[in-house]
Amino acid sequence: MITRKLALGFALGSLTLLTAGAGVARAQSHVESVDPSLGAPSVSSEESHIGSLTGHAAPGKALYRRYCIGCHGPAGDGNGMNAQWIDPKPRDFTEAIFKCRSTPTGTLPSDQDLYNAVTRGFVTSNMPSWRPLTEQQRADLVAFIKTWSPRWAKEKPGDALTIPPETPVTIESILHGRELFQKLECWKCHGPAGHGDGPSAATLTDSKDNPIRPYNFSVGTRFKCGDTNQDIYRIFMTGVDGTPMPSFHDVIQPNDAWDLVHFLRTLQVALPTQEGDVWRGYVATHGKDIKPIGPDAANGAQ
Amino acid sequence: MPSLHPEASRLISRPRLTGFAVFALVILAILFADVKPAQALPSGKVIAIPAFARKYGLPCSACHTAWPELNNFGQVFRDNGYQLMNDRDSPIWQNPSYFPISFRITPQWHRESADHQVIDSSPGCFNTPCFDVAGKVNQSGFDLSGMDLWTAGTLFKNISFTILPSSDSTAVWHFEAAWIRFDNLKNNRWLNVRFGRFELDNLISEKRFLFLSNNGGIYQIYHFNVPGSSNNFGYGDNQIGVELAGHSANSYTRYSIAVLSSNEGGVGFTNDVVPGGSAASRTYDVNLAFSQAFDAKSLGFERIGAFAYIGQRPTYYQTAGVADGAPEQLVGVGNKPFYRVGFAGDLYIHNLELLPLFMYGHDSAYLGNSISSQNGPLPSNFHAPTFYGGFLESHYYLNPQNVILGRFEKINVGQQADSGNPGSFGNVTAYSVGYRWYPIMFSRAGVALDGEYSRTKSIGIVPESGDGTGGPPLFPTDGVWSSSVFFGIDFDF
Repeated sequence: MITRKLALGFALGSLTLLTAGAGVARAQSHVESVDPSLGAPSVSSEESHIGSLTGHAAPGKALYRRYCIGCHGPAGDGNGMNAQWIDPKPRDFTEAIFKCRSTPTGTLPSDQDLYNAVTRGFVTSNMPSWRPLTEQQRADLVAFIKTWSPRWAKEKPGDALTIPPETPVTIESILHGRELFQKLECWKCHGPAGHGDGPSAATLTDSKDNPIRPYNFSVGTRFKCGDTNQDIYRIFMTGVDGTPMPSFHDVIQPNDAWDLVHFLRTLQVALPTQEGDVWRGYVATHGKDIKPIGPDAANGAQ
Repeated sequence: MPSLHPEASRLISRPRLTGFAVFALVILAILFADVKPAQALPSGKVIAIPAFARKYGLPCSACHTAWPELNNFGQVFRDNGYQLMNDRDSPIWQNPSYFPISFRITPQWHRESADHQVIDSSPGCFNTPCFDVAGKVNQSGFDLSGMDLWTAGTLFKNISFTILPSSDSTAVWHFEAAWIRFDNLKNNRWLNVRFGRFELDNLISEKRFLFLSNNGGIYQIYHFNVPGSSNNFGYGDNQIGVELAGHSANSYTRYSIAVLSSNEGGVGFTNDVVPGGSAASRTYDVNLAFSQAFDAKSLGFERIGAFAYIGQRPTYYQTAGVADGAPEQLVGVGNKPFYRVGFAGDLYIHNLELLPLFMYGHDSAYLGNSISSQNGPLPSNFHAPTFYGGFLESHYYLNPQNVILGRFEKINVGQQADSGNPGSFGNVTAYSVGYRWYPIMFSRAGVALDGEYSRTKSIGIVPESGDGTGGPPLFPTDGVWSSSVFFGIDFDF
């Protein structure tokens, strides 16, 4: 008899707990305080297309709430409860401005770009790699991210940058890239040696007026938008939107761009690279002929 | 025959609150209270580490399906040595005031009941002839779990550590875990070496599961030994030794090879983590674990794995002082083997998670009958005992903050150590249902409300419960039903 009473008590208690859980969680919890209509009205219909994979915003919404809301916030504006402690700040999805794109500056990224960013994460930031999620989950997240801004309904992503085959790594290519580094004034932000300590470095801010530091090539970390030579090519040809890093697509010809890639690799002194080997061999024999990069260099450096 | 303390009998007739009344009181308290965060579990049971959430700014739900159970993102984080691998893992990147400490404890109300208990014919045998009868013992009241005081993190990039002092509910402390791990040796994620006291690489972890009650708060089979055995091994217990482990980039493929002292994780060459237990043998055990996960597309993430534990335990002891009348165990000798093998899974069908496990166990006849191997050949009725069984646990996630739990577990003795025992002697059947609600789940702390009902039937033996509640019945064919009703507030900071 006692057992029956207790079982009944437990069942009623569980029901109470369940009912209270459904109601109170919404009222009290930081996670549940999200508006039930999390995302734009088109949330249920938004899709992403990554290869043969189709992502859906509806399941992406649940994933967002589980994994992303703490930083990117219930409104997708990068004002999650943890954002105040984070540097660099989380992305504001309502602006639909993304750093890592294969598309021209100012345009929306492709679904694949967003998928790659979610998969890769952003090194030296709080954004981890979400590779442990299944491919479908990542695709669903991409679909949901696109519900935050009306731009996705009005605009199409730009055409993806076509990257020509890489040119051979030669000392001539590296030296020409070095000239471009001087001529295009990359050194003003990234510093003459690529340490991220150029004369303008301390003044840089992102589109939200948050201080931002240029990439320090010498530490040898991955780039935010990938770690291959193609990724470096893509980064400076499309620019890093929302930051002072411009697009050089209209300034540099493809072959010149590869030369710049080869030179930038020589700045990554902490990494064993083919470009570094070629450059160090050249420096050993022609070191005296190399002019310094920076404001004192006359008509480009060599 | 064991007899119960008179106090236990008195409790049988003590007035008690019903489960509903207690639930209602607690719910009301939460509704009207200014709930502040914090997280937890019974001593040395479950592990979730808000210190990591504070370090990285991720919510609990990023690493946990429902804390403390890990999802695959949390598994990758753990496999990487508590690192996100974003070049911000070394403590040098943290604010100097950051210190990776978490604690966990669970204030609770619970009711324990066990039938077929050996009790006196009348309470205290007051003015009556005293004899043993089988009876039911019920107890209920407010209580505390043990406490975990957990610190873990990185000492440097690719050097991680854990120190977990854990107490029982009376604050008797031991080191539940203490280890250092060298991660990604030669920049290879397949080479990680851990040294110290740690949990075996269980695909279904008893340290990170969702049940808390006395009966539901353990996996019966992780602690089962055939009745009469001197083997003290429990697959769910932390062991001490060295582990080589590795994993693929997304931890879909994982392996672990551990060499462990044959002393059940004990310290000071004893069989107990609190020194003072029986002397340990100076031999080594080996645990092997492998698992493979699959992306089942719309169904979700699926993992299957296998494990094998091969060990030895002593059957007698080298002693000193027998001639002086003060015998002392020095070291266990006469080691005899045992093994446990099995397979497990972590399977998803959308929001439904299924955790199946099967295990087969085999002990030497000497261990099974608690006979010294000095005795030579055993009587013909003594055999090497075996058992087999497993469980199926289910979690249904209504959302990251609400989960419904269920479990069915069954253990059968395949071969009795003594063929004179009834065939069902030692068999166990267990059921658990529960519900956890996480009103607070963010990147600083967590609170969960946990309600459970667990019921275990053990034939002829003391119920396998988290705190050893109850005793063996009068007769080996009697089934002892032991049940737990539990409500706790599980908090972790």
